[in-house]
Amino acid sequence: MRSDSGKLALILFMAPFILWIVLLIVLPQLGIGYVSLREKLGPRQYTFGLGNYIDFLMEPIYWNTLLRTAWMSILVTALALLVGFPVAYYIARIAGQRSRSALLLFCLIPLWVSDLVRAFGWIVLLRESGLISGALQWMGLVSGPVEMLYNDATVVIGLVYTVVLFMIVPLYSTLDGMDEVLLEAGYNLGGSSFTVFRRIIVPYAMPGVVAGCIITFMLTAGSYLTPILLGGKSSSWFTEQIYNQFITRYNWEAGATFGVILLGFTSLAIWLGLRLTGQSLATTVARS
Amino acid sequence: MIDEGKGRLFSLIYRSYMAVFLLYLVAPLLAAGVFAFNDSLFPALPWQGFTLDWFFNDTEPKLGMFHDERLLRGLENSLYIGIIVSAASVAVGTWNAFLFERSDFPFKRLLYLVMVVPLVIPGVIIGISILLFASMIANGAYAVFGSSPAWLRPGIPLIVLGQCSFLITITSLIVAARLQKFDVALEEAALNLGASRYRALFTVTLPFLFPAMFSAFVVAFLVSFENFNTTLMLVGSDAPLSITMYDRIAKVGSTPVLNAVSVFLMVTSGVLALLSVLVQGKRS
Amino acid sequence: MDDLRCVGVTKSFGSFTAVKEVSFGIPGGSFFSILGPSGCGKTTLMRMIAGFEKPDRGDIRIKDQSVLKRPPNRRNVKMVFQQLALFPMMSVGENIAYGLRCRGKPKEQIRGKVTSILDRIGLPGVEDKKISQLSGGQKQRIAIARCMVLDPDVLLLDEPLGALDLKLREHMKIELKQLQHQFRTTFLYITHDQSEALVMSDAVAVMNGGRFEQIGPPKELYDNPVSSFVAGFVGDSNRWTGKLELVADGVARVALGGGDTVLATIAARDSIGAADVEVFVRPEAIRIGPGGDGATLSGTVDSLLFNGANSRILVRTALGQLVEVADQVGVRAVSEGDAVQISWPRDRALCFPMRAT
Repeated sequence: MRSDSGKLALILFMAPFILWIVLLIVLPQLGIGYVSLREKLGPRQYTFGLGNYIDFLMEPIYWNTLLRTAWMSILVTALALLVGFPVAYYIARIAGQRSRSALLLFCLIPLWVSDLVRAFGWIVLLRESGLISGALQWMGLVSGPVEMLYNDATVVIGLVYTVVLFMIVPLYSTLDGMDEVLLEAGYNLGGSSFTVFRRIIVPYAMPGVVAGCIITFMLTAGSYLTPILLGGKSSSWFTEQIYNQFITRYNWEAGATFGVILLGFTSLAIWLGLRLTGQSLATTVARS
Repeated sequence: MIDEGKGRLFSLIYRSYMAVFLLYLVAPLLAAGVFAFNDSLFPALPWQGFTLDWFFNDTEPKLGMFHDERLLRGLENSLYIGIIVSAASVAVGTWNAFLFERSDFPFKRLLYLVMVVPLVIPGVIIGISILLFASMIANGAYAVFGSSPAWLRPGIPLIVLGQCSFLITITSLIVAARLQKFDVALEEAALNLGASRYRALFTVTLPFLFPAMFSAFVVAFLVSFENFNTTLMLVGSDAPLSITMYDRIAKVGSTPVLNAVSVFLMVTSGVLALLSVLVQGKRS
Repeated sequence: MDDLRCVGVTKSFGSFTAVKEVSFGIPGGSFFSILGPSGCGKTTLMRMIAGFEKPDRGDIRIKDQSVLKRPPNRRNVKMVFQQLALFPMMSVGENIAYGLRCRGKPKEQIRGKVTSILDRIGLPGVEDKKISQLSGGQKQRIAIARCMVLDPDVLLLDEPLGALDLKLREHMKIELKQLQHQFRTTFLYITHDQSEALVMSDAVAVMNGGRFEQIGPPKELYDNPVSSFVAGFVGDSNRWTGKLELVADGVARVALGGGDTVLATIAARDSIGAADVEVFVRPEAIRIGPGGDGATLSGTVDSLLFNGANSRILVRTALGQLVEVADQVGVRAVSEGDAVQISWPRDRALCFPMRAT
């Protein structure tokens, strides 16, 4: 058993970790839970209850925003998977040694650049005075400037752009570990390209797929800049609601409630994803 | 592996797909960047000649980035915050790495999971949670002492705390990965040769960890510099560059100076990232 | 005076006792080896001497002073680790200077000592090289120099030759012996390779299961092992098992299966109580042809193994056992398939009680 001075040394050793976790993570999260349960009766008068949550359920705008965020996040995740898988596969299995590192580096460039610059770039491309509109006019395909921002499709494209790399990286590291021999065995035993893909490649890549989907879903649901800048007034993304409640309306109770709901929502998605494939949080997230 | 005739067409399609994808990756960045050099008052076509004015010019209406007061102040704040946050995160992260790699304590597995949790909390939520918590403490202090410290209100200290909360996780993981590869025999050899525990730590172990610590510093700095969601909730009167730039974008009729800022950001991120890769490569 | 003395050192990990009541002394300036298979406890013993583990019982004395209370960085026993543990982020010169800097020596003095020790080990001028630029043999010598520059009372070497290839290993054995003579420091060398221990040491301790089975000069261990483990572990030996029939005047008559009996000298320290015994005979004691007063067995030549001076003739006895017979002369009077007899003198055959496994 530890000696007393040993115990003291251990406590000191653990101190920064404990301080960080408790003061910056645990207590603040409990804090928003606490505030979300506080109902305002009048100036400086509070009572406790689920009133805020009931308000949320009653107001169709809030509900709809959440649902919209949810299904669009799923759509973005699915698209990111579809777009990203061939890329990850190419880099992991088809590209030669030298081009592999070059390709990876190239793919990571958008990651280094800030979210803001990326969204700004899409605006420059897609707005009515932007590059693509100009190009279309110049080619004679349209007669006047075309506004391509401020609709759902643009938001989706922009979001996929932001998150596709977080899908590619886990996929790449999983596929990289796959031995060519497995594929050769598959063909040797009579499989066509399609069956080899379906029965060998896909199941093997599953851990990477799950890790990628969890991360991209989380990032999409929690993103703020891209939906707002590319979607304009009609964007209605849930994070925007949170921002409004806090900063514009100064209704911290409602804001906290929405925060708890968003947190619960993303946590639920993560938990489901992990359950469905038997992974654990430490292995998937820590890997990237 | 894939049979010949079908193979070549497939291969062609696949390669074009990759090319289109890479173009997709680069397009917005090129778009944002190219107009930084356009000698026009609007970040739009037509192209009116090459210029560096949007960086260096000092007169209206073409006010260059390096003379725009607000942008410069934003840049200053971002640098200031970035350095503090990175240094603090790497320090605590290294401490945590040693804690988890070198000692045993109850609930270690659970606490390791807890350490990873900040990465799955959306940035906005982290922001509001710190805001709320700080204000609760402030109100409590007000009730007890009659005044509350300024650093608990939205502003740079809160931004630093908010960013640290999840960056410490990242730095801990980066440093811990490297610490795992450390051969403890090196420390024992140092002790055997007469070094005290601290001396062995500083002359043998930390130099070994240095590439990871540097890399963690760069990553933390980059993430802090470009962070938006968390910072947005905690920003006070001193705004970092990301918030300043956002305000400008939201206003219509912004000049290409923002494109210049984008180019600047792209170049610095690229250089920092390259630096960290080089340092890792040289030492490992 | 003994430079290093252990008295009744014991160490357990949970229910497993790694080192049991080990006592020995190493005279100053000698080369002492601890020889034993993996898991016999030699590494644990060495780590206790260096200070990285604490013995449960017993004392460790260096130059007649107990060092038990001293932490590892304050004992004057320096260790060459198995993987050498040279600091990769420092140059050769910085590695060697490390211990001197810990002691706070002035820079000039340090530089002088580093240069002189590099000269002594035959690698002058490599101070500024990186560790990765050195060959295996050079790294060995640097690791030793790093310790020797501190004038240790005892130098511990933990199986340092394991990672080297065969030719280099043979060369290093001679070098180590020469270095030890040159520095006149006490060397404590642990290994599982008996040829290393025999070639280099002034005295060897054979360790098995946490205990020292025998301590003595290499020749004594080779000629007069006191237990069946030592007889089997040191040098090559043929081994027969059988039942004890008769004991008279220190000679045992042992019945091997199938009707043969052999006579062997009883070499065990304790008297043989059990009926099951082992008989060890070295290949060089066996002759092709009848005549030894120890035993004569029949068999056929199975194969001829050429290995220079270590050539062997393998004979398969009637019972099916393969016997190695040394073919030192190199003149093979037999060929494969010949029916032969092998024999040996009784005083070259050693009899021990069967080892309890």
